Amino acid sequence: MSRILELSASELVSKIRTQEITAEEYVNKCYERIKEVEDRIHAFITLTENIALEKAQEIDSRIRRNEKVGTLSGIAVAIKDNICINDVRTTCASKMLENFIPPYDATVIQRLKSQDAILIGKTNMDEFAMGTSTEHSQFGPTHNPHDLDRVPGGSSGGSAASVAALETTISLGSDTGGSVRCPASFCGIVGMKPTYGLISRYGLIAYANSLEQISPIARNVADLALLTECIAGQDNKDSTSIDSGTQNLKNCLVDDVSGVKIGVPEELFGIGTDEVVSKAVWEAISKLEGLGATFSKIKLESLEYALASYYIIAMSEASSNLARYDGLRYGLRLDDENYDWSTAYSRNRDVGFGAEVKRRIMLGTFALSAGYYNEYYLKAQRVRTLIRQELSKAFKDFDLIIGPTMPILPFRLGEKLLDPLEMYMCDVDTVIANLAGIPAISVPCSSSQGLPIGVQMMAPALREDVLIKVAFSLEQHLKPDLELKV
Amino acid sequence: MSEDKKITKEQVKHLAWLARIKITDSEESKYAEEMGEILKYFRKLDEVDTEGVEPTHHVVDVVNVMREDEPEIKPAENILKIVPAKKDRFIKAPRIV
Amino acid sequence: MVETTELKVKIGLEVHCQLTNLKSKLFCSCSSDYRQSPPNTHVCPVCMGTPGSLPVLNRKAVEDAILIALALNMQISNKTIFYRKNYFYPDMPKNFQISQYDRAGGIPIAKNGSKKLEVEKIVHISRLQIEEDPGKISYEGTIETSKSAFVDYNRAGIALVEIVTEPDINSPKEARIFLQKIRSIMEHLGVSSGELEGSMRCDANISIQGGTRVEVKNISSFKEVERALNFEITRQKNLLRTGHRIGQETRHWDEARRVTISLRVKEEEEDYRYFPEADLVPLSISEEEIERQKNSMPELPEGHMQRLMTQYDISRQNAMTLIDNKALAEFFEESAVNYSHPDLLGNWIVGDLLSYLYEMDIELKDAKLMPRDLVKMLELIDDGTISGKIGKELLKEMLISGKSPDEIINQKEMRRISDSEYLNQLTEEIFSSNPQAVKDAIKDPKAVRFLIGQLMKKTGGKADPQLANNLVNEKLKTSKT
Ligand SMILES: [Zn+2]
Repeated sequence: MSRILELSASELVSKIRTQEITAEEYVNKCYERIKEVEDRIHAFITLTENIALEKAQEIDSRIRRNEKVGTLSGIAVAIKDNICINDVRTTCASKMLENFIPPYDATVIQRLKSQDAILIGKTNMDEFAMGTSTEHSQFGPTHNPHDLDRVPGGSSGGSAASVAALETTISLGSDTGGSVRCPASFCGIVGMKPTYGLISRYGLIAYANSLEQISPIARNVADLALLTECIAGQDNKDSTSIDSGTQNLKNCLVDDVSGVKIGVPEELFGIGTDEVVSKAVWEAISKLEGLGATFSKIKLESLEYALASYYIIAMSEASSNLARYDGLRYGLRLDDENYDWSTAYSRNRDVGFGAEVKRRIMLGTFALSAGYYNEYYLKAQRVRTLIRQELSKAFKDFDLIIGPTMPILPFRLGEKLLDPLEMYMCDVDTVIANLAGIPAISVPCSSSQGLPIGVQMMAPALREDVLIKVAFSLEQHLKPDLELKV
Repeated sequence: MSEDKKITKEQVKHLAWLARIKITDSEESKYAEEMGEILKYFRKLDEVDTEGVEPTHHVVDVVNVMREDEPEIKPAENILKIVPAKKDRFIKAPRIV
Repeated sequence: MVETTELKVKIGLEVHCQLTNLKSKLFCSCSSDYRQSPPNTHVCPVCMGTPGSLPVLNRKAVEDAILIALALNMQISNKTIFYRKNYFYPDMPKNFQISQYDRAGGIPIAKNGSKKLEVEKIVHISRLQIEEDPGKISYEGTIETSKSAFVDYNRAGIALVEIVTEPDINSPKEARIFLQKIRSIMEHLGVSSGELEGSMRCDANISIQGGTRVEVKNISSFKEVERALNFEITRQKNLLRTGHRIGQETRHWDEARRVTISLRVKEEEEDYRYFPEADLVPLSISEEEIERQKNSMPELPEGHMQRLMTQYDISRQNAMTLIDNKALAEFFEESAVNYSHPDLLGNWIVGDLLSYLYEMDIELKDAKLMPRDLVKMLELIDDGTISGKIGKELLKEMLISGKSPDEIINQKEMRRISDSEYLNQLTEEIFSSNPQAVKDAIKDPKAVRFLIGQLMKKTGGKADPQLANNLVNEKLKTSKT
């Protein structure tokens, strides 16, 4: 394996700009690595080698001609396969979209392209982002680079595993209830779900549109900040997108947490939290205290209801968002000469969707249906309000809220596949930030038997700067003992 | 279903029709059981007093995002290219009745 | 057995008007000018429901809706949100429609309005909402026999307002009058043109005393409404009269066969599962915005009617008929500028012109009549060149051919005959072939009319009536002696 692949994005950018290495050379190394490990990791669904190499050569020649290049010039970015790239197959890891070629670029893709990033391939995920392990992919599961028998987390498992396994330098995932923070934690890297609206959702194939955000993944906090700044910002094509204001994330890369006030809700260490995880997170908190931060234990009673509230809302929205897959305008269509439209639709959707997707559509349909809407959907949205209110009250006293990202260590492939509810329970600590629309980051803080453990930090809306600052400090002082198995 | 948390096979059948997902008779009871389990967990929310609490429909505090009424001419060919079944420029759908 | 003639009828309407003054669709920038375009040319990822696309609201649609709400005396909500109405159908690109209904007690863009019909009759309007139009399905043969359906999404995403009334309407005629008023308001506001095919459609719910509410969908133009309602009421009364029950159902107006048919072939009950559309942010309408729209409010039908009466001194009845169709009123005003008897002009337009248009089943814009030609025709009557009766024929001809009156008169020799020598000759022929009639006329002055009629007939109505009268009477005097 080449040393180049271990470099950070900012190091690579400067080496490529100064022609110490060429973008082409680096991108070729990425593909060499991909070919070396993909049979064991399976992080990608589609590779875009030709397009990537062409773009790398173009960037190199522009640099040779002394022309201006973007902030991510030559950097390989892997893209979760639910983000549309014009003319590149985008499957959502579903049979339904196995041959779907988007006719347009997502806004984040336009921004990456304009900053001269190199789109290296589309990564594996749980079908339509519904899952916590990347086992619900119709193309087969992704494996954790730190233990090939274990899951990488999900749903952005491919995006996280590819970064951890040095197949790419950075990547984009999407986070609806923890889908970026979970795999970042399980793969020992950094992932951040930004404030709802900070990054345009235009071109992100919807699972639960009031909860999800396209989210950056990187091996270090500086790269994460660089990638976030590149894709953030208001977009006319997404009515819910907002201006990032005056945040300058690069300026937050300083090792200084003095005076930072931290709240530690006991609810984030509830039943089902593995003791090694609790211990690791408390060590991280102590470390921050040692560096000048202060902390208090707090109680946020509404958090206990976050998981149920989240799943009801997410499934309800999913049942509507996924209604468009009927086989008429795009996607899977079976031979339907002998069927009326309604039967034909049901057949396309039966074959096109996997079991977990169908389960969530059915439950979401139920939660919105006459007679149950008030008890389920509306109740969940009211509980969501209580959670937001309790959090914003807490943020009057604290800059940050800290707890585990995942309550448990990466589990074995197949271990939770037969019990959906048990799988859902893994999201208990991550869904909170999605319900409240606030930013949350997962940073590696420790390891147990070679398996990564992540600490999660949440901040008020549009305070990604605080997250980046504290995450950067933690990164400087905590070096978990981790080793790649590929 | 305030008292009985079970979901019936008939309900499963109706939901499957609403969602246009083909479910065979043998799958109905499996769905009923699985969904019942999960819904039972969801009823945890019954413990929360939400009297007078407004639901959160939008998590960002933004209103009145609109575009100007300006038409744009865009080629539709790349959109038609991915349509599975066409006749001339029409999108072919299965029979209605 | 139920006595059905006296049974009270209650009708509520859901009126859909396309906002035809918009240049782009409701949630995307595709051109809304789709009517002459080949199928699926006005489509983009947003209105095709392509995965990952998102809607962005057209500002003009909101401004239009505020104007309409003001014109219908409605309360405008200061905050409103959009909802998804979930149901599958091949004309629906996303299999949900973005609308404004809310079963959880929320609010449409405006509510609680009213429209006064002629006399003491008021129709209450419960809500006004903005929503998107679905695409259009066509068939090979009929919906029942076509082996496939063919979908064109050019119309998908076109901006609509839906106006929902209370069941205050008591007859098909009232429904027609109400819809005429709505159309007139839309056209005066300049937001929707009823002349464009399919731009104004409606669903109706009808209940007859002792029966159940039946919904009739797919009434594709306001003209069809009276017909559809008459059919449906007769159908329901017949059922009641023969002792049958009326079940709650949704029926379909089959325009070609002019019957309502039951399309309830499906085995399950629809459940629209309305819930908030999180891809669109709430709409907040300020007092200032309402004030701004108030100030930009154009002349409304009521004001227009008053002005026509005072400015042109025409009857209230004529003014009312004119403003019901804004194009007709404008035609009147354009003609009236160049004509000295606007009252007469009004009679011609409201009477003959309107009934010809109705007969031919065309809109004024489809007729080839120019205001200056109508004025010219009236002047020809005034100066005696043609008779009023010829004028009527001429008008019909002008509507069809678009030719000027002079051209038609010359072509068809419609000019009035005032040649007394020629008319005298014809009179003699009539007298000699109708001896009995002549005898009668000598005894009874009333019978003279028959002879004059014969003369008019022989000249195809072109004989100068005064001259014909004189000639016949003179001839009678000489015949007496
Ligand atoms: Zn469009």
